[in-house]
Amino acid sequence: MHRPDMTVELAGITLRNPVMTASGTFGYGAEFAEHLDLESIGALITKGLSLRPKAGNPTPRIVETPGGMLNAIGLQNVGIDAFITEKLPYLAKVNTPVIANLYGNTLEEYGEVASRLDALPGVAGVEVNISCPNVKQGGIVFGTDPAAAQEVVRLVRRNTKKPMIVKLSPNVTDVVVMAKACADAGADALSLINTLTGMAIDLDRRRPVLANVTGGLSGPAIKPVALRMVWQVARAVKLPLIGIGGIMNGRDALEFLLAGASAVQVGTASFLDPGAAQRIAAEMEQYLVDHKIAAVASLIGALEV
Amino acid sequence: MQFKSMVVSNVEVSPGYFRMRMTAPKELEKTLPGQFLMLKVSESIDPLLRRPFGFFDVGVLPAEYAGGADQTYAEILFKVVGKGTKMLSTLHHGDLVDLLAPLGKPFNPGPGGEEKLLVGGGIGLAPLYYLAKELVAKGEKVRLFAGGRNRDDILCITEFERLGVETYVSTDDGTLGESGLVTEVLERHLAPGKRIFACGPTPMLRAVALMAERHQVPCQVSMEAYMACGVGACLGCVLPGAAHTEETPDYRCVCKDGPVFDSFELKWS
Repeated sequence: MHRPDMTVELAGITLRNPVMTASGTFGYGAEFAEHLDLESIGALITKGLSLRPKAGNPTPRIVETPGGMLNAIGLQNVGIDAFITEKLPYLAKVNTPVIANLYGNTLEEYGEVASRLDALPGVAGVEVNISCPNVKQGGIVFGTDPAAAQEVVRLVRRNTKKPMIVKLSPNVTDVVVMAKACADAGADALSLINTLTGMAIDLDRRRPVLANVTGGLSGPAIKPVALRMVWQVARAVKLPLIGIGGIMNGRDALEFLLAGASAVQVGTASFLDPGAAQRIAAEMEQYLVDHKIAAVASLIGALEV
Repeated sequence: MQFKSMVVSNVEVSPGYFRMRMTAPKELEKTLPGQFLMLKVSESIDPLLRRPFGFFDVGVLPAEYAGGADQTYAEILFKVVGKGTKMLSTLHHGDLVDLLAPLGKPFNPGPGGEEKLLVGGGIGLAPLYYLAKELVAKGEKVRLFAGGRNRDDILCITEFERLGVETYVSTDDGTLGESGLVTEVLERHLAPGKRIFACGPTPMLRAVALMAERHQVPCQVSMEAYMACGVGACLGCVLPGAAHTEETPDYRCVCKDGPVFDSFELKWS
């Protein structure tokens, strides 16, 4: 039998397979080069980039919870200038689409970062973060209000010709409202979900475990919520979707495709298994072989309800 | 590298403290003292994350029979503190764990001929045994200062003594060695031309770092932190560098920039 066709199209970017690395879990790519073949994955998404370097939150920043983890890193990143001079030259040599995740502390900064990235041939597309739960600016303020989200998305749209993905927060009453708002404002694709806001308490010390008090929950614990949201949005919005949330293996990833995602992002799994993204892509392919499915794209939205 | 490893032995060396030996691929023989491993205790998603452990020892067991193969092994020393280490303590010979190793920056042994002062608080002794072994093999004069709350926290001292290391023990309650803090004993031995290697609770490391500065003795500290990945991606394990301020942030990753730091690299106040 021929090898199955694993390619998917996403907002004009052709991915060799549907597996991308989630922002904030894969550094700037080079950190993982000794653990997997960077040219075995569909696309690589960078740590969230801002106009200026960002220190991030005080520690403790992470804590494990049953089936997941909470993080409150606070968008620590090298800033757009250092990304261009120190990180991008390495990534440019890798034959895999690089998608730059971006955020701003202000509305204007979103536009400015987007326009800087637009000039870079090594960047295949951008992912706009309007959903980080751990910083006041640069995320959740824009991600929970449809009007504010539209304003950000429109501004980024004006500043880039590259494919634009908007990353949605699950910490809203109705994710479909947010998805529609971003679609109307010019998004080419939507990725969902970012982390769910949560907290952990140290009973004996009577204090929160995280210095930031609250953090974002990720890992297998959130997969059912993520699947539900992808499914809801897929039925309401025409844009291609990228499913994110607790994907640990090929079966998890394929479930997101059935729910309506064209691609997936692997996040927390890369922490415990730095080769996870490559392994998951291989497991998806093996599932197709085992079930005599010719093309992975045929599974997108193929859920029978 | 990532590999499956078989538990060879897992022994409770003191109440709540375990010493575990695991098989390792030959490449691990290049591990340097101070480096660490990330261990996944089970394939389950709970606990989800790997746990970091310093190498207590790395060595080779000669083949048991003619024509057999030598077996590389790695050892860790751990304290049962939560769900992951509790599960780890129940593993037996033949059980499998998944390892990512070796990771992080090692101790810098420094020039030959100077006295090497090893300072360990409780489970902080873990990475110091492998260091002591390597230093003794180079012919260095090594002293160990081991501290803990009580005698149960003083681990594997006879192992150090067997290497020929001169050991100084102190406990808060005086149940073993001198009564008092390990730093008080250490200070009596500080003089230029010596070098400190310390691992233990942060308050102890802070005291050692400040003392080393006062006495102008070079000092390296091995730090511990919550971490998810061990490869510099999650940014969960950062510590403020010496020049860190709110306005000019300078965070260092324990996993990638450490776990061993020159004490002057870090902010202690």
